[in-house]
Formats: sequence, structure tokens, C-alpha cells
Amino acid sequence: MHIPDGFLSGPVNLAAFAVSAAAVGLAVKKTNGDPNEKEVPLMGVCAAFIFAAQMLNFPIAGGTSGHFLGALFAAILLGPWAGILVMVTVLAIQCLIFSDGGLTAVGSNVLNMGIVGGFGGFWAFRFLLGLLPRSPKSFYAASGLAAWLSVTAASVACALELAWSGTSPLRIVLPAMIGVHAVIGVGEAVITCCALSAISKLRPDLLSAYLPVRGESGAIHEQA
Amino acid sequence: MNRPKIFLWSALFFSLAVAVFISPFASSRPDGLEKVAETHGFSEKGETAAWRFPVFPDYEWKSARNPFVNAAVAGGSGTLLAGLAAWILGKLLSKRNRAR
Repeated sequence: MHIPDGFLSGPVNLAAFAVSAAAVGLAVKKTNGDPNEKEVPLMGVCAAFIFAAQMLNFPIAGGTSGHFLGALFAAILLGPWAGILVMVTVLAIQCLIFSDGGLTAVGSNVLNMGIVGGFGGFWAFRFLLGLLPRSPKSFYAASGLAAWLSVTAASVACALELAWSGTSPLRIVLPAMIGVHAVIGVGEAVITCCALSAISKLRPDLLSAYLPVRGESGAIHEQA
Repeated sequence: MNRPKIFLWSALFFSLAVAVFISPFASSRPDGLEKVAETHGFSEKGETAAWRFPVFPDYEWKSARNPFVNAAVAGGSGTLLAGLAAWILGKLLSKRNRAR
């Protein structure tokens, strides 16, 4: 869903850049002094994983492909603010080194995939988690559903920007974007749940805010 | 090496392996937005990039003859670069750095 140069109008890109810059500034402020020695390398590895996983385009119906986004995954693992910073890092490298996503559209791409996808997805995840009884099943259900929502919501934001730019009418571009990304979102849900499940087995402490951790003695510790 | 460190290094090597060995076989079909742009006739608007100096345009190193090598080099470099950049960012924002 990386928007290239030329798809969006100047005012839309400028407005998206302003919103993104404010959100990233807030994320820096919120995260400043926060990462401890454990979390800093985790941010790096999370960015490396998201970058690598985003390259794996999987074919879907209709001659189209989709790939992992990872914004919700980063938000669950690192918290929403550090998650946004990881997404911005990945998106900036993709734009400057790999010409994936235009330089003029970088604010729009950060807004759609980092902020709408990451923050919106995390908000949905917390909301769903609050509705469900506390259990591993609920955690994965909320993660999967929110992962699907994060991709679909990002595609809605992208469609709105395309329509506001006069590139394609909303009545055409909105259903088209939602249609294809609702399918890609299923892949997002599967990959997010698989990655979280692997982490819950290898480093359960990283998900202790959401999943009960079994201690050395076999006792279950829960963090509030 | 303790368990957290083993996890971090394994996750990094896993990501690197995905980028180097699996990404060359990724689907080359257009992605969701590209497909919508093709179908609804605005894909030609996005053909000129504003940034002229990408090192690996379209996730390809252009120097080897083998396309798989080109994709593997680009993917591996990007993965390490993304990891390094986010690690530096985290380091700059970390507690110890602020205390200094």
C-alpha cells in the first residue's frame, strides 16, 4: 500500500505530512527516556523482522499480491508509541533506499500504515481485549481481528487521500481498496498471530501484559 | 549467552534468512494499491519518482547477473539497515542516554 509520488495532490500530502510529523513528534516525546536496555535491541530486531516480512508478497485472487504490514504487531510488542517509531524507520528506509513509497507521499504513507494501521489497530486491539474474557484465546482473537482491521483501515485512509487528491472518485476507489485489502488483511491476521504465538513460546515475558506467564516454579504470574 | 540474547540473535538471523533466501521467491504480482491503480487507470501517474538516489530501486541490487542474488543482497542489506536504524533510534531515546 506504499503510495508512490504523483498519486496524491500537494495539499493532501502536506496535510498528511503535518499530521504524521505531529504524531511522530509525540511518539518521540512519549518514548524519550522510556526504552530500557532490554527494549532497545528489541526495537531493532522488530524493525528488521518487519522489513524482511514486508518483502514477502503473497499472491491473492485476481492477479494481485499482498504483504505483511506489521504495524499492530510492533504496537503489541513494543507499545503503540515505540511501535510507530519502528514503522517510521522501516517506511523511511523503504522510501529512500528502495524507492518503495514516494518521497512526497512519505507523510501519507506514515499516516496510513504507521499511525492509522499501528495506532488505530492497537486501539481496536485494546477495545476488543476489554470485551473478551481474559485468556490466551481472547488475546489471539483480538490480535487477529485488530490486525485485519489495521490493514483495512489503512486502505480506507489511502482511498480517502486518493479521492481528495482528485486521482479517483471515492465511490470507485473506496470499495476497490477495501475489497482487495480485506483479503490481504486475512494474511496480516495469520502472520501477526503466528509471530505473537512464537514470541509467547520463546519469550513469554515480552507479552506478560496480555498473557499469563508461567514462572520457574510452575506458578502462574499475572501482570496487571 | 542468556535466553533474551539468544532470542534476539535468533530473531535477527530468522529475519535475515527470510530476506535473503525467501524474498527472492516472493510474488511479483502488483500489490493491492498497484492493482487498484491499474484497474482504474491512474497507475501512470505514479511512474516518476521524486527521489532520484535509491540504492536498491525496486528491492534489487543491479550489479549481479543472477536476479536471485540481486534480490537477496537488497533484501539482506535492507533488513540489517532497518534493524540498525531502529536500534540507534532506541539507543538515542533510552534511559541511560537521557541520564547522561
